[in-house]
Amino acid sequence: MSETLLQLTGVHTHIGEYHILQGVDLTVPKDGITVLLGRNGAGKTTTLRTIMGLWHASRGSVSFNGSDITQAPTPDISCAGIAYVPESMGIFSDLTVRENLYLAARQGEIDEKRLEWIFGFFAALKKFWNQPAGTLSGGQKQMVAIARAIVEPRKLILIDEPTKGLAPAIIQGMIAAFRELKATETILLVEQNFNFVCSLGDTVAVMDGGRIVHSGMMSELAENRDRQHKLLGLSLDSHQ
Amino acid sequence: MTTTQMTLADAELPKVRVDILPLLIVPVLALLMLPLVGSFPTWVTLTVAGLAMGMMVFMMASGLTLIFGLMDVLNFGHGAFVSVGAFTGTLVLLPMKNWVEADSVLMNLSVVGLAIVLAMVVTGLLGWAFERIIIRPVYGLHLKQILITMGGMIVAEQLIHVIWGAEQIPLPLPETFRGAFIIGDAALEKYRLIAVCVGLTVFITMFLVLNRTKVGLLIRAGVENGEMVEALGYRIRRLFVGVFMAGSALAGLGGVMWGLYKETLTAAIGGEMTVLVFIVIIIGGLGSVGGCFIGAMLVALVANYAGFLAPKLALVSDILLMVTILLWRPQGLYPVAKR
Amino acid sequence: MLRTLLSGDLPRSRMLSATLLVVFIGLALAPFVVSGARSLNVAATICVFVVLVASYDLLLGYTGVVSFAHTMFYGIGAYGVGLALTGMGPSWTAIAVGTVGALLVSLVLALVIGLFSLRVRAIFYAMITLAVASAFAVLASQLSDFTGGEDGLTFKVPELLQPSFHLLEATIMGRAIDGKLITYYLLFFSALGLFLFMLRIVNSPFGRVLQAIRENDFRAEALGYRTVIYRTLANCLSALIATLAGVLMALWLRYVGPKTMLSFEIMTDILLIVVIGGMGTIYGALIGSALFILAQNYLQVLMGQTSAALSGVPFLANLFHPDRWLLWLGVLFVLSVYFFPTGIVGKLRAGTLAKVDRRP
Repeated sequence: MSETLLQLTGVHTHIGEYHILQGVDLTVPKDGITVLLGRNGAGKTTTLRTIMGLWHASRGSVSFNGSDITQAPTPDISCAGIAYVPESMGIFSDLTVRENLYLAARQGEIDEKRLEWIFGFFAALKKFWNQPAGTLSGGQKQMVAIARAIVEPRKLILIDEPTKGLAPAIIQGMIAAFRELKATETILLVEQNFNFVCSLGDTVAVMDGGRIVHSGMMSELAENRDRQHKLLGLSLDSHQ
Repeated sequence: MTTTQMTLADAELPKVRVDILPLLIVPVLALLMLPLVGSFPTWVTLTVAGLAMGMMVFMMASGLTLIFGLMDVLNFGHGAFVSVGAFTGTLVLLPMKNWVEADSVLMNLSVVGLAIVLAMVVTGLLGWAFERIIIRPVYGLHLKQILITMGGMIVAEQLIHVIWGAEQIPLPLPETFRGAFIIGDAALEKYRLIAVCVGLTVFITMFLVLNRTKVGLLIRAGVENGEMVEALGYRIRRLFVGVFMAGSALAGLGGVMWGLYKETLTAAIGGEMTVLVFIVIIIGGLGSVGGCFIGAMLVALVANYAGFLAPKLALVSDILLMVTILLWRPQGLYPVAKR
Repeated sequence: MLRTLLSGDLPRSRMLSATLLVVFIGLALAPFVVSGARSLNVAATICVFVVLVASYDLLLGYTGVVSFAHTMFYGIGAYGVGLALTGMGPSWTAIAVGTVGALLVSLVLALVIGLFSLRVRAIFYAMITLAVASAFAVLASQLSDFTGGEDGLTFKVPELLQPSFHLLEATIMGRAIDGKLITYYLLFFSALGLFLFMLRIVNSPFGRVLQAIRENDFRAEALGYRTVIYRTLANCLSALIATLAGVLMALWLRYVGPKTMLSFEIMTDILLIVVIGGMGTIYGALIGSALFILAQNYLQVLMGQTSAALSGVPFLANLFHPDRWLLWLGVLFVLSVYFFPTGIVGKLRAGTLAKVDRRP
């Protein structure tokens, strides 16, 4: 296995009076897609938000690329090279597609070559380049959100349920896009839709009750239907 | 792959929906009032007076609405910056009396300009201190924000009394700003025209900054989703301090302009405007600069027309206007999309 | 007996009990222990403010809603009685008509404002009430044919309450039993009754729901409480009691005017008192009002002396000028919001709790 990029050790996170993460140990290797599976309320989103510093761990540590980021403020974590696509997509609906991407380009200007590459799999963005992002459809908004995360090279991209609420045809397009991305980027992908990720993922971790209950190679889990059933239970069937 | 992508791109052509109805209210209202007022020259005078007042209210309100939009902080002490601005202006305008009284446009303009610059610098710095000391400990706590900013307002108003005394201060208009241009039968007061120019300059500058610069885009993005702005690697705190300072400085500018318009100053000058400013930002949709501009024009025009047509009604015209607008659009003219 | 009267919400602190007792006895015996019209006026003002501030606490402290319209309801009560006594002559019927009329007006206004804006956010409500209250104050001072304008209205009260009326020939403890004394006790006992009533409210199941809403309105809603309804009810109740406070004040002063009844200064005074006294305690209103009104009337004298002593130093002399006492209260207010948000009462109670905890 390649070198470790992100390492969570015994992370506990509280939100108000709720104890959501109860000792998460998670390793994300460099390159490829790591998939974080689990049913609703397992703590997947909280894990991403804790990594991003939007919520802070009350115990345990998060280390990224060799440095400790457990208590770092969100902008610092972002500048260290982590991009985040939240479940709500977090696009700025008042701003145009161009302006959304422009803000994500911290260098100052959007790199033309990289943009062409993005247009290659997200053609809609080119078409609606100067439209307010709020007027786009759900799938197109998701493209804006992901494009924002990759408009400049980042070391790690956190993506929270990109297929949520999208039509099957659009999900097919997303799969193609992720194939393209996977060649160059490191992605931590949260999903409930096993079919979407089983062909994409390299490594996989499964969460339940605020802990990681399984981690290993995606190919193993994809073949072992018993284990899938045991780990993912009903959430697997409901998406099939 | 490409086929799916193409269908994706072609699917559901997004409809660009520009909400122009609110933009139309101001001109439509003005035109409707023409027959009611009866005489064209009077109507022109009233309209210009309304626009001038609206511009000054806009200067005071624009900062407040942005501060609210960006950080969800409602500063009930915003009026204090208006007062401080106006009083700081006197530090220039009173000692440089002969420049004010000189019959020279250039000297008059430069002395007022100097007063404005000083007022904006002082209120801007004060805004920085206010944000650090008063606001920072109470982020996210609305109840405490209201209480603490009210308290800050009381203290600031009292400090003005301590520094400048409790008496009201006369603040005469510069010589060449007095009087009116007579065009046909319509009298256009010079100072009102100046106020309109200054207000438009502020509005256009703000519009350009918010639409054409990275900082401006970040502010607009932050109004909608501050968390995401942070996740993109920007420190929203720094952005906010900047906006708070700019908003306070604008209030200071409004204070100088308003003080010269009233020609006398009391420490309560800002507090008296608070209600009007609140009505304006409620009408505009909390957090929206464009809405705030329209709201300011509407409130001031309605007050002027009502003052002429039905003086008793003018006492409550702004409240009635607010209720009418909120019945039509409960979130204000331009509701701001929130996370 | 005492526990029932206080609705089981005891002061829970020896210091607090002692202070409350001092204030209570002071107010109860005020006509006999203090001399002079001014001192009695101070005592009467305290009585009215206890009711006014406690009714505000009902809203702010127990519901977490900031309203700037409280003086409006206070003014409605005062003007209701004032207008009725002016129009119908000095009779008890006029007082009753004025009071009931004022209560109805307050109720309708509170309902409308509440339903209109309480469903939105606390901050919105604060802004709307500020606007409405200021419009009301402008109306009261401008519609001079009706309200007497800026000058207000001076009116006669029923004979029993007039200062020239003497119930007994004799005096008790050197004090003539006149109309003024009777009015004072009318105020005192009304205030006492309303105060105990409010204690009862906040300790009833209704009061508990209000507090639950204040703590977490989302959860209260999830538990099935219609938060808008509860907030509106609290708003109406608070408005009605403020109206009664206005009625009492008008009877005492035999005068109503925009400055004394509707000005924004009174609103800031109420805010200062409730926060410094202690939000969400009701008792804070009592202690806060007593301290505040006493300070307003006597601290200024002290400041005047300080200022005179500092007359050589220009800035400092201004700082201690008697008119600047609000500056110091403002500073105290800001500090108390930060450092002791539960106010004096909360501080005293916390002291007791700490002692209890230290016991083995």
